[in-house]
Amino acid sequence: MSDERYEIRFSGSGGQGIITAAVVIADAVGSFDNKYVCQTQSYGPEARGGKSKAEVVISSSPIDYPKALSVDLLLAMTQTACDAYFFDIKPEGLLVVDSGLVQQLPTSRAVSIPFTQIAREAIGKEIVANMVALGAVGYLCGQVSLSSLEQALLSRVPRGTEQMNSEALHAGIEEAKKIDLDSLPRSVLSDWDDEL
Amino acid sequence: MVTSDQQKRILLQGNEAVVAGALAAGCRFFAGYPITPASEISELLSVKLPELGGTFIQMEDEIASMGAVIGASLAGTKSMTATSGPGFSLIQENLGYACVTEVPCVIVNVMRGGPSTGLPTSPSQGDVQMARWGTHGDHPIIVLAVSSVSDCFSVTVKAFNLSEKYRVPVIVLSDEVVAHTREAVALPDADQIRVIDRIAPDVPPEWYKPYADNNRGVPDMAAFGDGYRHHVTGLIHDDHGYPTQDGKEVEKFIQRIHRKVSKGFQEIQVIKTHDMEDAEICVIAYGSVARSALRAVRDARNQGVKAGLIQLVTLFPFPRKSVDSYLRQCRVAIVPEMNMGQMSREISRVNQGGCRIVKHNKIDGHLISPEEILKHLITV
Amino acid sequence: MLERAEIIRQEYLRHDKKFPHVWCPGCGNGIVMGALLRAVHSLEIDKDEVVLASGVGCSGRMPTYVDFNTLHTTHGRALTFATGVKLAKPELTVITVMGDGDATAIGGNHFIHAARRNLDLTAIIINNSTYGMTGGQYSPTTPFGSISTTSVYGHVEHAFSIAELAVTAGGSFVARGTVYHASHLEQMIKKAIQKRGFSVVEVISNCHVQHGRRNKLGGAVEMINSYKENAVTVGKAEKMSPEELEGKFTIGVLADVEKPISTQEYQRVIVEARRNAEKIAKEKEKNRVKRYE
Repeated sequence: MSDERYEIRFSGSGGQGIITAAVVIADAVGSFDNKYVCQTQSYGPEARGGKSKAEVVISSSPIDYPKALSVDLLLAMTQTACDAYFFDIKPEGLLVVDSGLVQQLPTSRAVSIPFTQIAREAIGKEIVANMVALGAVGYLCGQVSLSSLEQALLSRVPRGTEQMNSEALHAGIEEAKKIDLDSLPRSVLSDWDDEL
Repeated sequence: MVTSDQQKRILLQGNEAVVAGALAAGCRFFAGYPITPASEISELLSVKLPELGGTFIQMEDEIASMGAVIGASLAGTKSMTATSGPGFSLIQENLGYACVTEVPCVIVNVMRGGPSTGLPTSPSQGDVQMARWGTHGDHPIIVLAVSSVSDCFSVTVKAFNLSEKYRVPVIVLSDEVVAHTREAVALPDADQIRVIDRIAPDVPPEWYKPYADNNRGVPDMAAFGDGYRHHVTGLIHDDHGYPTQDGKEVEKFIQRIHRKVSKGFQEIQVIKTHDMEDAEICVIAYGSVARSALRAVRDARNQGVKAGLIQLVTLFPFPRKSVDSYLRQCRVAIVPEMNMGQMSREISRVNQGGCRIVKHNKIDGHLISPEEILKHLITV
Repeated sequence: MLERAEIIRQEYLRHDKKFPHVWCPGCGNGIVMGALLRAVHSLEIDKDEVVLASGVGCSGRMPTYVDFNTLHTTHGRALTFATGVKLAKPELTVITVMGDGDATAIGGNHFIHAARRNLDLTAIIINNSTYGMTGGQYSPTTPFGSISTTSVYGHVEHAFSIAELAVTAGGSFVARGTVYHASHLEQMIKKAIQKRGFSVVEVISNCHVQHGRRNKLGGAVEMINSYKENAVTVGKAEKMSPEELEGKFTIGVLADVEKPISTQEYQRVIVEARRNAEKIAKEKEKNRVKRYE
């Protein structure tokens, strides 16, 4: 039943812009692509640090349960988040991590991209690592039109930062394009299909 | 909610949709005090109200907020406050005042885990009975629950309309999940929204009796400053608004404020049903849990179980008639709640037939999952 | 003078409705009510434009008797209701009348915040040093050592000085009067109503039934007479030594300052918010057009 749903979970630590990334893709899918979307998050009392998690459920029909049931794509921006939020990923789901911050992966069906490093070196601001990651997630999930994603992004970032954020998004998209998903194992559970 | 392609959909958080609903219903005054997880309502209204010539004020506490809300409403302005558990405890004193003085106002309670400071960032449904009985004395009140972002808009509009029509405070129970969920919704245009306003007196001021009974049981309401100088008191009062201890007058008054609401049960008591036509087992749920329940019902149907959902939009006055007829139809009713069983009491109370009531209570600060409800549906 | 009294009775009292009142013979509340009505009358404010709000207690009954828009609220909360009324209809003259327990115990937080906020409100606080209606328990202004029904061995706490509290909290206009100095009180209340901003008049009043009797202060006449003896004008007090001021209290204007009034400041917020909203709407429209070009 859950196949009509596509579920993305963004995770990391507070202050990394995890929720912002989720909101932007939800906006793109819901307001620009006109699909049904539910974006939720859980958070602790702290504004910085701690675990941060945001989920986006995408569907062509109205969404009942608003949170993730089994995750299609998990973005982990810290090792702690990766360890905490991997548990309910679908067998055919995909793990995407910041390679600089998550080194011990629970599966080989994973994409490692140095989001934070790209943000720091190519864009010049570490703070836009979330947008680099958003670009990659947007491309890899195949659920959102990339132009909608950019429009949603531009409508939500503070004035004067549009170009920087847009560059970050594109850097993420370009990095993701280099990934050959077919070369990855087909399941997060095992590297060899016949051993499933 | 209509989601045709022509209408522009916007991504809104539940709390933001409450604001949109309040403004659409004509709310022009808000007083509140910061509290998680309701603060977004304050923050957004502090920007939006002055744009419309309305007023936002952050008071020193929730007691004061509720007082200011009543004051503004008495001066003729549609008013509301929004809070969560601990603040909801504090508003109770003046909420009772609004009940007895019949001052229209809307209170949004974004429920978080309790008791006391509890779990500020986690959802709960622990304030349900408090919403009904939190303030002392016998009093009428209307309590509505929201389960989606579009509900946050439409139910808030309904809350203002009922409040204005029946001159009774209306409580909107949201919860942390609904409040912080973002969904793309198409809000109706202003001309498509039915807005109800309190009825002002049309008699000369010297004939005006601010608390006199009429066909509707709802006295016409004059605003301070409109020439109808009258007295408003939290003491039990006569038709003129003056304190009375005369047994007959007291009885008449208390009866009337209850009767005016019971006269409107038909439009006040709202439930939504899914797959109930041939249901043998039903889930009765409200708030964010209703969404888990809907998912569970669909999954159960796929497994051949004749399951259905009754979603309570109105919690109080409890929609006894419509729920009772479904209880006669079903052999089991599952009542999942993020509390120790506050609405299941009501359901057990009205259950006249042989329906078995199965409680499912979760109090760990997490939303009940579809799977948990499904387990009941396939095993009972 | 008699003529004016008759006007007050005819025009301002709900004399045919809710009399006799609940106050004890000799109570100072009636003197305060008279001073308030004369002040409103002399200022020629339309009765339709006046809101009188009270809390709970003996003072809380005052609005019942006067022909304004009247509001008898919950205990201590008069200022919160008044805040809502004033913000919704800034053109109204909003006056609150409270007791000492009402304003500075259960409503103490509202009181200091109302003073800090500086809305254009007037607060009259009748200070009779006790909770009269509930039977004479000690209040925040009960003097140290006094006997009350909850301090039968002498009060062990210290009293608030309400007017000084109001000054410290930021009141724009603060005055003190007594029920002995009735025409002075009328002038103080008049000034307070005229003042744009949060104004406070503390009125020293007698509860001979609850406070006076237990503390051997005499009846109404003796208590009221004692105000004549112990009240010192602010100007005179400045020239007196601390020893001379022992047992005395000041009357008159304690503070009269000019500062922005939040009711008016909020009008600026409305103008700015509207301008900003228009700007954003225009920009959105421009972007929309650009996108389709």
